[in-house]
Amino acid sequence: MTAAATLLDKLWSSHEVLTREDGTSLLWVDRHLVHEGSHHAFAKLAERGAAVAEPELTFAVVDHYAPTRHREHIADPKIRRMIETLRANATQHGLRLFDLMDPAQGIVHVVGPEQGLTLPGLLVNCGDSHTSTHGAFGALAFGIGATEVAHVLATQTVWQKKPAAMRIVVDGKLAEGISAKDIALNWIAKLGSDGARGHAIEYAGSAIRGLSMEGRMTLCNLSIEGGGRFGMVAPDDTTFAYLRGRPFAPAGEAFEKAQETWQKLHSDEDAIFAKDVSLAAEEIAPTVTWGTSPEQALPVSATLPDPSRLSDEKQKAARDALDYMGLAAGRPIEGTPVDQVFLGSCTNGRIEDLRAAAAVLAGRSAKVPGLVSPGSALVRHQAEQEGLDQIFREAGLEWSASGCSMCVGMNGDIVAPGKRCASSTNRNFRGRQGPGARTHLMSPAMVAAAAVTGTITDVRPLLKGRAV
Amino acid sequence: MAGWTEHQGQAVALPVHNIDTDQLIPARFMSTPRSEGYGQFLLHDLRHLESGSKCPDFPLNQFPQASILIAGRNFGSGSSREAAVYALVDAGFRAVVAPSFGDIFASNAVNNGLLPALVSEADLERLTGELNEGGGSAHIHLEHGHIIVGGSKVPFSLDNSWRTKLINGWDDIDLTLQHELAIEKHKQDRRTTSSWVWPNAEDQNSQVNGSQ
Repeated sequence: MTAAATLLDKLWSSHEVLTREDGTSLLWVDRHLVHEGSHHAFAKLAERGAAVAEPELTFAVVDHYAPTRHREHIADPKIRRMIETLRANATQHGLRLFDLMDPAQGIVHVVGPEQGLTLPGLLVNCGDSHTSTHGAFGALAFGIGATEVAHVLATQTVWQKKPAAMRIVVDGKLAEGISAKDIALNWIAKLGSDGARGHAIEYAGSAIRGLSMEGRMTLCNLSIEGGGRFGMVAPDDTTFAYLRGRPFAPAGEAFEKAQETWQKLHSDEDAIFAKDVSLAAEEIAPTVTWGTSPEQALPVSATLPDPSRLSDEKQKAARDALDYMGLAAGRPIEGTPVDQVFLGSCTNGRIEDLRAAAAVLAGRSAKVPGLVSPGSALVRHQAEQEGLDQIFREAGLEWSASGCSMCVGMNGDIVAPGKRCASSTNRNFRGRQGPGARTHLMSPAMVAAAAVTGTITDVRPLLKGRAV
Repeated sequence: MAGWTEHQGQAVALPVHNIDTDQLIPARFMSTPRSEGYGQFLLHDLRHLESGSKCPDFPLNQFPQASILIAGRNFGSGSSREAAVYALVDAGFRAVVAPSFGDIFASNAVNNGLLPALVSEADLERLTGELNEGGGSAHIHLEHGHIIVGGSKVPFSLDNSWRTKLINGWDDIDLTLQHELAIEKHKQDRRTTSSWVWPNAEDQNSQVNGSQ
């Protein structure tokens, strides 16, 4: 190719088996991650009497229904059945399963990177929309539905039309207490929850380069909340340092050889993007959602919108959202009392997230109850070695096992109707955390601040004089 | 999945933006085997009152026979759960007409014979205006790419490959297996040029980050 190529172009062409006349490509899949929710796809495979084409490239994780307490005996028969079905499918097809008691169990989008299963240049599929997380490594990673999961299981390929390329450039330095979560909620509020629909997002700029892999994963994870099925960051030394020595990553000479290839995975300087957006890191404040769509987000210092001052199109949605959330137009967001907090999820359940929350909570007590569910058993172990679990426990929060937990409520960890939760998760949809639950999305540090004061609170003053 | 070219049915308007997949089917129903039918779960928490009885004024309850849903922007945003499409299909829907769709939802829809018909905001208003108290009969023609409600005929956009798939009711796996040789060649080439892609045997690397 002579024209300047985007990272998307490079990743796409290296996976293209063929392209149909109508422009749809058949892509080779390097990693396929499945979970309990993949039961529909395995059922489709069984209907055809088909086998998994590449068991060596297929990995199974128990996460969506994983109990965060009393794992040894699962009381709910529906939850037990979901997990047993995955076990049976993994056994039948010879898949490596990260089961409930596995020391490396966790949320699929935490486990993949942590185990070195996710690498730059790979195509990663999973029947989960937050698969965009893996793009943080410079991988082509996207969520697929059950029919497509069955297709990947049977053929190790996926049909896909190439999305348009989009770039979000964040230059500058993030202020203390501001994280990748704030960047994400910020751009989604600006562009809308469908702002990146039909596009693959590449995040670039000095503020992105300055993010750890954990931060990049948070950012890529939330791409889908702005409508983007793909999110990615070009790999660099931060990426390579993270991957070296991971269990499934190439070792020794093979790693060095791989790294030579990975270093070429970046957009050419004069590459053209169909959409190009710039943000200044300095202008990003701690951001929280107030409504029932991730685009309904504002800086914590702002006041709740007055629907009558919004465009016709947004008025009804804002009115409905304020009503569902039990909030009054025109009032400050800060100071809104919360009933509970949740720390965890594929968005913000990694070690850095727990450290950020613990830095706020150390030596303080939570005014409201809360649950902390680390993103994986390894994150949990690491946090315990650092004494973070003690900080959470002493503050009065519950320290539990890992899984999707209260982000999606499938395992029974739900927020009661009408209750308000400050949450480090990814979706504030109606009923997401349970029927009638009211969710405010924010960064882990902001969740910790809400726990300390019992209200939605700007975390920055609480960080003064503390090492972060 | 059976293909189709034309559909005559009842349309119902749900003029709300950002109907996400958590609303289309709340997560707590997703452990149900498909054979039990997902139609009962469609928009469950919007359709029902806290008491469990149906909201009498919710459009889908007023027009329980509807097979065409006319909805707002960004329909089906959110999770990749195909169960959101199963709920629509099992409740008898053949098409959703909206100004935009979540990317994953749209492709899941086509994989289940459900048409995601893209129309302009202006045309959406025309269609809704033709409905009588939120419902009315409608006709969809896949090949011609239009939908007729009352006296209005509006065009919808649909990717050509999706149109073909809906009409033929194709199963992708069968199509793909015809390319088995090309897939095998791609795999072998990748193995040769990029052997690092294949996962390392688990015990070759010393584990990191506090694992055992």
